[in-house]
Amino acid sequence: MSLSLLIILPLITAVALLLCNGLKPVRVVALTGAVVQLLYSFYVLLMYHNQRVFDGTPMLLQENHVWFAPLNIHYHVGVDGISMAMIMLTAFVTVAGILVSWKIEKLSKEFFFLLTLLSMGAYGFFISLDLFTLFFFLEIAVIPKFLLIGIWGSGRKEYSAMKLALMLMGGSALVFVGLAGLYFSTQTAGGEHTFNMLQIAQLRIPPETQLIFFPFAFVGFGIFTALFPFHTWVPDGHSSAPTAASMFLAGISMKLGGYGCLRVATLLMPDAAHAYSWIIILLATVAIIYGAFATMMQTDLKYINAYSSISHCGFVLLGIGMMTQTAIMGAVLQMVSHGLMTALFFAAIGMLYERTHTREVAQIGGLLKVMPFIATVFVIAGLCSLGLPGLSGFVAEVTVFMGSWENADVWYRLATILACASIVVTAVYILRAMGKVIMGPLQVEGASLQQAGALGDAGWNEKAAAGLLIIGIIAIGVAPFWLTELIKQ
Amino acid sequence: MNYASYIALIPLLPLAGFVILGLFGKKPFARSAGVIGTLLIFISTLLALYTAYQYFFVAGKQHGIYPAVKALEFTWLQFSPGLSIDMGLLIDPASVMMLVVVTFVSLMVHIFSIGYMKGEERLSTYYSFLGLFTFSMLGLVLSTNIFQIYIFWELVGVSSFLLIGFYYDRPAAVAAAKKAFIVTRFADLGFLIGILILAFYSGTLDFGTLIQRLTEPGSSALAQLKGYGFIGIPVFSWALALLFIGGAGKSAMFPLHIWLPDAMEGPTPVSALIHAATMVVAGVYLVARLYPVFVLDVPVLQLITWVGVISAFLAAVIACTQTDIKRVLAYSTISQIGYMLFALGLAGYTASLFHLFTHAFFKSLLFLGAGAVIHYIHTNEMGNMGGLRKYMPVTHITFLIACMAIAGIPPFAGFFSKEEILLTAWQNNQPVYYIALLTSGITAFYMFRLYFSIFWNKPLAHNHNHHGEGPWSMKFPLLVLALAAVVVGFIPFAHYISAGQQAAEHTIPISFSIAPVAMALAGIALAYMLYYKQNERPQKLATAMGGLYRLVRQKFYFDELYLFVTKKIIFNGIAKPAAWIDKHLVDGLMNGLGRATTGISERIKAWQSGSVQSYALYFFGGIVALAAVFIYWWTG
Repeated sequence: MSLSLLIILPLITAVALLLCNGLKPVRVVALTGAVVQLLYSFYVLLMYHNQRVFDGTPMLLQENHVWFAPLNIHYHVGVDGISMAMIMLTAFVTVAGILVSWKIEKLSKEFFFLLTLLSMGAYGFFISLDLFTLFFFLEIAVIPKFLLIGIWGSGRKEYSAMKLALMLMGGSALVFVGLAGLYFSTQTAGGEHTFNMLQIAQLRIPPETQLIFFPFAFVGFGIFTALFPFHTWVPDGHSSAPTAASMFLAGISMKLGGYGCLRVATLLMPDAAHAYSWIIILLATVAIIYGAFATMMQTDLKYINAYSSISHCGFVLLGIGMMTQTAIMGAVLQMVSHGLMTALFFAAIGMLYERTHTREVAQIGGLLKVMPFIATVFVIAGLCSLGLPGLSGFVAEVTVFMGSWENADVWYRLATILACASIVVTAVYILRAMGKVIMGPLQVEGASLQQAGALGDAGWNEKAAAGLLIIGIIAIGVAPFWLTELIKQ
Repeated sequence: MNYASYIALIPLLPLAGFVILGLFGKKPFARSAGVIGTLLIFISTLLALYTAYQYFFVAGKQHGIYPAVKALEFTWLQFSPGLSIDMGLLIDPASVMMLVVVTFVSLMVHIFSIGYMKGEERLSTYYSFLGLFTFSMLGLVLSTNIFQIYIFWELVGVSSFLLIGFYYDRPAAVAAAKKAFIVTRFADLGFLIGILILAFYSGTLDFGTLIQRLTEPGSSALAQLKGYGFIGIPVFSWALALLFIGGAGKSAMFPLHIWLPDAMEGPTPVSALIHAATMVVAGVYLVARLYPVFVLDVPVLQLITWVGVISAFLAAVIACTQTDIKRVLAYSTISQIGYMLFALGLAGYTASLFHLFTHAFFKSLLFLGAGAVIHYIHTNEMGNMGGLRKYMPVTHITFLIACMAIAGIPPFAGFFSKEEILLTAWQNNQPVYYIALLTSGITAFYMFRLYFSIFWNKPLAHNHNHHGEGPWSMKFPLLVLALAAVVVGFIPFAHYISAGQQAAEHTIPISFSIAPVAMALAGIALAYMLYYKQNERPQKLATAMGGLYRLVRQKFYFDELYLFVTKKIIFNGIAKPAAWIDKHLVDGLMNGLGRATTGISERIKAWQSGSVQSYALYFFGGIVALAAVFIYWWTG
């Protein structure tokens, strides 16, 4: 049993999907693959726990094979607590995403194939210890996205898919420059350059080199995680994407960026990160506040969640920019929490949309009456988003706040206070949407009250998907100690 | 002494109720939800009473004080090696007192609701939310540290939101629920930042350690907190004032009071529990918890005093003009909490908590009485009531007892606690004393205005009622609470609960009581003249007052002011421009960048002809090539 199975299992699933014929086998194979992957992720978590000793070698379960010798490229994988947390997130979101896509009939084989491929890219990315391997998996995770949007999307899908692809490709290109820069500025004992992250971390790149390449890597990865002002792909991309793709995009893809910003940019180039931290904090604070206010004006549920994701991902960047142990732990917690929460939110929105055929807040109301389960899911996702204790969002946010406050500088404090203030704005936009869509008198545009009353509640697959994500959210929210224990360096 | 074994059950039983009724309320427990919820809280109440008995009478004082005991503690969220949120159960005189109040009032409300909510479709949801609230409130009072109290603080807030919005298809209820949550959230922002400041300088979140580190002689944490300033005010004052803002929001103090009257949209028993006896006094409890720290900062104490006394006075004035009986009670709650707060500000720790204690009983009694009235005649409007004493004898008598208690007529409970507060004010701040004295007269007036309007005045025009005064499940809590409103004033409160726990027992001279009681009687007499029988006098008086009356009737236009700030300034002034900038400037910039550098508009055609992959490849390859050149240049 090795770590590589995390990549091999989705690959097997993807191939099996291509061999399938008919709707039913495709669904069953996709779900089975995702569930097996989830179980295996738990097994890896267990292995990680058992092998873990706090002796300064944080990367466990390592595998290292030469991939392309002339350039010293290795297939090198391993996990620490942070990657373990991200793997669990990916596994949860993948199962949930496949469950909510159960009813997809248009090109279902290709749809599930791409979803599985995307998840494989994410797993590979999170376990890579070689920068080239990491980049390779990042690209695998990008390409399926624009196909998912372009083919299965809605609204201005061509525009959105193009925009997303271009901006993420641009991000990748910047990342590549940063990684290549790192590669060429290393010199191992054998006189070679290296992509090995563990070695690079020990080699300590000269600060002046760091200052050059840090911006490339950070902005490149930052684009993935909605770094202001490169966040504009987020609203369009999410709102045009089919439900599962939105869940993957916000739940997993945006986390690739956050993880990259942390693991590659910040941890490999700490001096530059310190030097640039004020810019990161500035941009993150802008994203948090400005994203939250912009959310207030949105009228489409998916736009609301997409803009709120910009605001929430700002906390990830803020935590990284603050550079304290606590703040970085908060950033990781926020990645996991936001991944689960936003996937749940998009799932709920998708379920509502399937039944009411609109996402405009003004056109739907009082759905608690006809679909209590979906409404409850929506409420839980909303409460998590506004940082209610007992759900994961609170834990992540207060950890970021506490960590940020450790910086005694007045400007950093001001940034922290502004970030804190966003929780009020979040409450406003979440409750506005919730108060209209879930509460209030029953209303569905284009349907009589009778028709609206006959709209069904969630099916088994939707209940299972939401239940899975809610379990994750509550598990972190009620008992955060197990996750912080895992992440702690 | 091991409390842990059963004290944890006190909050956990209502939580179990929330989970059970929330998950399985639909099928098996749809009918029996009330009984299940009530049974669980009944056990909690017994345990709480037993705890109080054990704590005060069996374990008793050690070295002249009641010791603070941590019944349970575990690390919940570790921030850094020295700083973590520990969940625990703190047992000390104040928390034991609150334990009894919360479980007892909650039990009464649970019982009352069996009758009041009969026939409600979502009964199990209702009881599950009540369970969530009771759990959160108990968690709040038992908190061992400042972050734990914040956590439960938010949880009571959300329970309040859910219960105010229980009738979710009424737009007014939804609006009130949102308002309550958002206004208190705004205040909680202050609370949160206050916590961050205190935690940073004192290096702890635990109440005991925090108080110890700040009050010990030559405290370095205190020196730092007082040493650093921000715009001329020491950080210490900032921290405490911000904490107090959090408390003032929850306790609906001016100018953050606007959510409480609207919160009356919730079911009436909920108002009795949350918006009268328990959650709204959380602000008082918070200040009391950190009292030794607040005492170190005189300006903040003065802030608390004046916020309290102004709230007490203005809310009482507004209450005189309201016609919705629940809103009158809501303003009266604000006013009474104002008393508790200014007492705290004037070093009247015991007096404040004593009033909190007695107020919980008579105010929840008033709300449940109002609930019984509303249940009977299906309206909240005072104008549609009158003469109800004939039809509702139990409600009438119990309501009268509660009115006398709040008006401060001896020997009812409110008399004793209010007297303590007035004495504190008399000894420490004369202006406050006179305002408070006047307010107690106004209190008596509006309470008896309410009483006469409901139970006397004109005879009831149409009596549509078919179901009588109500079942015993409604009458029983009224009787029990009325009994409490008579007897709890006689408890020698100072013996059990006092600041620093040096018993400050004293007797109040009878001569001191003359003025307040006379004020109360005058208020009652005025109410009698105006409202005992239907007459023209109230209308004439209102007309004579003219603009002043309208100003008060419209609640000093606070709601309009807030509406202006939120709608005109925040919404139109900040959010709208932010969204516009994002759409047109930032996104426009990005699109323009794309167009300028790669000629996106041409390539769209390529996308449509299906060769976007190749396009992306070119694009990507181009950038990689550029990068290679760039790197060569830098390293070369």
